[in-house]
Amino acid sequence: MNRIISKDRLAEGIVDLRVEAPVIARKRKAGQFILLRIDETGERIPLTIVDSNPEEGSIRLIIQEVGKTTYSLGELEAGDSIKDIAGPLGKATHIENFGTVVCIGGGIGVAPVYPIAAAMKEAGNRVISIIGARNHDLMIMEEDMKKVSDRLVVATDDGSYGIHGFVTDALQSLIDEGLKIDLVVAIGPVPMMKFTSLLAKKNNLPTIVSLNSVMVDGTGMCGGCRVSVGGKSKFVCVDGPEFDGHEVDYDELTMRQSAYHDMEKEAMDIYHKCKIGRDGEDK
Amino acid sequence: MADEPKKIPDVTKKTVKPKKPKIPRQKMPEQEPLIRAHNFEEVPYGYSIETAMIEASRCIMCKKPKCIHGCPVGIDIPGFIREIRDGNLKKAARIMKQSNALPAICGRVCPQEEQCEIVCVVGIKQEPVAIGRLERFIADWERDQGEIEIPEIAPSTGRKVAIVGAGPAGLTVAGELAKLGHQVTVFEALHKPGGVLMYGIPEFRLPKAIVEAEVDYVRQLGVEFVYNAVIGKYFTLDELMEEEGFHSIFIGSGAGLPYFMNIPGENLIGVYSANEYLTRSNLMKAYDFPNYDTPIIRSKKVAVIGGGNVAMDSARTALRLGADDVYLVYRRSRVEMPARDEEIHHAEEEGIDFRLLTNPIKINGDENGRVKSMTCIKMELGEPDASGRRRPVPIEGSEYEVEVDTVVVAIGNGANPLLPEATPELKTNKWGNILAEDETGLTSMKGIYAGGDIVIGAATVILAMGAGKSASKAMNEYLMSLDV
Repeated sequence: MNRIISKDRLAEGIVDLRVEAPVIARKRKAGQFILLRIDETGERIPLTIVDSNPEEGSIRLIIQEVGKTTYSLGELEAGDSIKDIAGPLGKATHIENFGTVVCIGGGIGVAPVYPIAAAMKEAGNRVISIIGARNHDLMIMEEDMKKVSDRLVVATDDGSYGIHGFVTDALQSLIDEGLKIDLVVAIGPVPMMKFTSLLAKKNNLPTIVSLNSVMVDGTGMCGGCRVSVGGKSKFVCVDGPEFDGHEVDYDELTMRQSAYHDMEKEAMDIYHKCKIGRDGEDK
Repeated sequence: MADEPKKIPDVTKKTVKPKKPKIPRQKMPEQEPLIRAHNFEEVPYGYSIETAMIEASRCIMCKKPKCIHGCPVGIDIPGFIREIRDGNLKKAARIMKQSNALPAICGRVCPQEEQCEIVCVVGIKQEPVAIGRLERFIADWERDQGEIEIPEIAPSTGRKVAIVGAGPAGLTVAGELAKLGHQVTVFEALHKPGGVLMYGIPEFRLPKAIVEAEVDYVRQLGVEFVYNAVIGKYFTLDELMEEEGFHSIFIGSGAGLPYFMNIPGENLIGVYSANEYLTRSNLMKAYDFPNYDTPIIRSKKVAVIGGGNVAMDSARTALRLGADDVYLVYRRSRVEMPARDEEIHHAEEEGIDFRLLTNPIKINGDENGRVKSMTCIKMELGEPDASGRRRPVPIEGSEYEVEVDTVVVAIGNGANPLLPEATPELKTNKWGNILAEDETGLTSMKGIYAGGDIVIGAATVILAMGAGKSASKAMNEYLMSLDV
């Protein structure tokens, strides 16, 4: 169960896994996620289902190494297994032919925006995608995005590739071109979603964002993932993960994401120390 | 004794029946309050064989025992107590298992004082027989012997049953139907079985090894478990019936979305639902961080809101996680508290600071969005409300602030929307609870039954098991009426 079929590194700190999960591969829809627990002592973390191959019975997960669990996932190799995978969870993206949809992925956010872009394209939309990264080396999934987009715009913060600037600058230039945009889908770090939504709002563009909050069970039972949307508390796991980008309280979300920073750091420190110790023994 | 000839009373002698010395209800030894408040080990140690036999001898073996009717799953209580009294422990365990697959759990978490023990005839003049403690004793004894007796399983009926949720209701249905020869598969959303027994009730009240052992018993009856399977998402009910070949389904998906108070500051860091707080600590073992990866805030001053068993569990967990001060904030008075007396008593002994007739009105945060205090208002009791309890009314101008870094909200749960959302033909009431017939648990869909918290809202483990028990009877009849 949950065996890793293949593993690639897309960039420094970003891992691409194909994992055996036949039922989820068959059932999942764009926008949904899984919760995984790497081993018996692991915590449960949510990850977007980037893609699936029902024939092979596999799902694709893309992971950025930021903490103990994600670094440990990065250490797994083809043939290893993940202890638990539950899904598909969350509401699927509302897909229809809106007309022109701009799909924006910032950093690791390209991974979750990819299945939505693919489904939007499939539904007959004209899909214009913007993907951004800090620099060219960290840019991921460019070829994947090209395949599901009528047009792909790339941007880097340092100008090492594509437009020199943020994804918001790229969106601004599309707006300046006089392009008629029917829907914006933006996924990435919270500030990126916040500023993309602000820009979209200024131009009266409906915007969907997908949120990644702290979760435990993922079925609505614990409420740890709650966010304020339009002044009301919503549970990302069952009410989301997608919400109206103009209604989300991003500052509260940023704050709530920091709930365990000190303990996450502590876990990382121990993890690094163990790694050093183990590498020492290997030699 | 039926074989012995009846003694003919000797009427020539004026006899005075010697008064039997009254044996007091036997106590269970417990960990000292101030020691146990800092560890997660179980609070009571349980009876020794000797104590259990003494306690069992207090039962007067009523001809028409009321206790059996007081038990939602109808255990033959005098039957198993007689065997304990006579030292036939194996037989006692067998009698109990006939009606209850989870006795070590029930012996610990059932509110016996409102079920079997409240109707105990001994209890009229003395304290009732400690039925719960005896149940716990015999279950623990059998487990400690290392060999659990598996009852005879009926030959396979060829009927397949799916159970949604491996909590008390689902486990009961699974065990009952497996014994009758049906092929049972339990789909559990989490990565471990037990439902609330695993994620909700803390280790110090219900050790998880005991839950696992009793689940293992159900497994040995032939029940298969599938984890990480959120029904409604992983499979829909229709798919289970039409594609996966199940003939009937029991839904025991349990408690749903936790209620919050809708007061300002509830999304600050440090505000938890009791479900989250307990799940982190129990299921994910956050109390053993960093050996386990799941974190939980290292609180110093904790306020728990609510007056039920879950509130008591949360407050006592907070102490064990290292809090110096734990307040239990409840808007009514002590007599209205829904928690069991024993739980309230344990919490008080361990030093929980009860703030009764007090209602939170605001949670205040610091510049990093972390809880720093809670503003409360004092309450007084007015006229009775719809629940029959006197309605708490705020006393104007009585607001005060208490310094806390964590707030745990334990005021109940609404229904989980996942399954009804995925199954529009499954009828629910206005609160989202699944509509099911009282006697049978039958829902609005043919062959689909439901019971436990998803039907009645938050209740007790044993009520969920009772619902499972009656549903399993109806399901068996339904299954056997099918041509397979």
